[in-house]
Amino acid sequence: MTEPIEEQAAAQDAASWAKTVSTLNVGDVPEGAVNINVEGRRLTSPIQGFGKMWQKTYQVRLPTERVSAVDLITTWKQHFPEFWPDGNRFYAPLTGIEPGEVALLDMTLPGRMKLSTGVMVLYADEESFTLMTPQGHMFAGWITFSAIEREGETVAQAQVLMRASDPIYEVGLTLGGHRQEDRFWQHTLRSLAGHFEHSADVDTQVVCVDRKRQWSKWRNVWHSAAIRSTLYTLGAPARLLKGLFQRDRPVG
Amino acid sequence: MPEAATRFDVREVSESARVIDIKGDITAASEDVLMDAYGRASESRVRAIVLSFAGLDYMNSGGIGLLVTLLVRAQRQRQQVLAYGLSDHYRQIFELTRLDEAVGIHDSEDDALEALR
Repeated sequence: MTEPIEEQAAAQDAASWAKTVSTLNVGDVPEGAVNINVEGRRLTSPIQGFGKMWQKTYQVRLPTERVSAVDLITTWKQHFPEFWPDGNRFYAPLTGIEPGEVALLDMTLPGRMKLSTGVMVLYADEESFTLMTPQGHMFAGWITFSAIEREGETVAQAQVLMRASDPIYEVGLTLGGHRQEDRFWQHTLRSLAGHFEHSADVDTQVVCVDRKRQWSKWRNVWHSAAIRSTLYTLGAPARLLKGLFQRDRPVG
Repeated sequence: MPEAATRFDVREVSESARVIDIKGDITAASEDVLMDAYGRASESRVRAIVLSFAGLDYMNSGGIGLLVTLLVRAQRQRQQVLAYGLSDHYRQIFELTRLDEAVGIHDSEDDALEALR
């Protein structure tokens, strides 16, 4: 009688992973979102990135009597964008955080630079979910959000495994980007704990997994969402004029 | 998440290659045992680490992250990493996460060892 259980487990495992895709397809673009850096892009793991490889772990502890690990992950998925710092937008997929779904993002980088990018849900189960970045994102890699119960506490964790995508992002991360990212996830975890009416410090652990830069990947700069988002922003007046001109032109 | 379900056994298949037999699950909780196995496999003359996934029951995204870390450590030692015994499902996961671009995937241990010659 073990076979049906194994089959169920295998089916559950398969359902937790996104299906293989060669390039990303966004589908419906939510109002206000910009899809210039996601459609048609490939996913990138830390292997395809340029910069040093980092593993960053952010943890916050809550009493398990307040929330279980499974309930915490359910809430985190449902309210994911609400825990982010102001100035950043996560356009959640209509079906929620489910394997294979693509979400568009608007981020604020150091120097108030705007970045339109996205992520794909690589993996999602009851206790964790993982978002993976496309070409052009500031880093190549993924972020895993998880929760476990340990000694009466529910430990919520965000863990980033990443390399800067290209040399420009590597410079940006070195000159304040890493600090901003740390603050971003610390804010997120504090807000998550606050949702359960709990106040706690966020433990941060940063490990440089590989100090070597992958110079063969410098060409990733071609896909840079930062450069493309900047050009898109600079082109806004021209697009507005073009729109007005086309609206005023007589039809037929 | 249960942690005890995993075992990594190391086999010497040639002077320069070691096989790590993965039995059970690979999740973030497997880090210590996997890195311990890699440490045992990674003697100075070893130029290739072959991962056998034939006994793999389950792997989540935390497990994929561990494999990336192992790959980086191996590359630092100028070692090749190969894999065999992956089910169709996990082959697709390797493609999706683009791990297949850095890890040579083979159908059998013989094929993997042949690729080293």
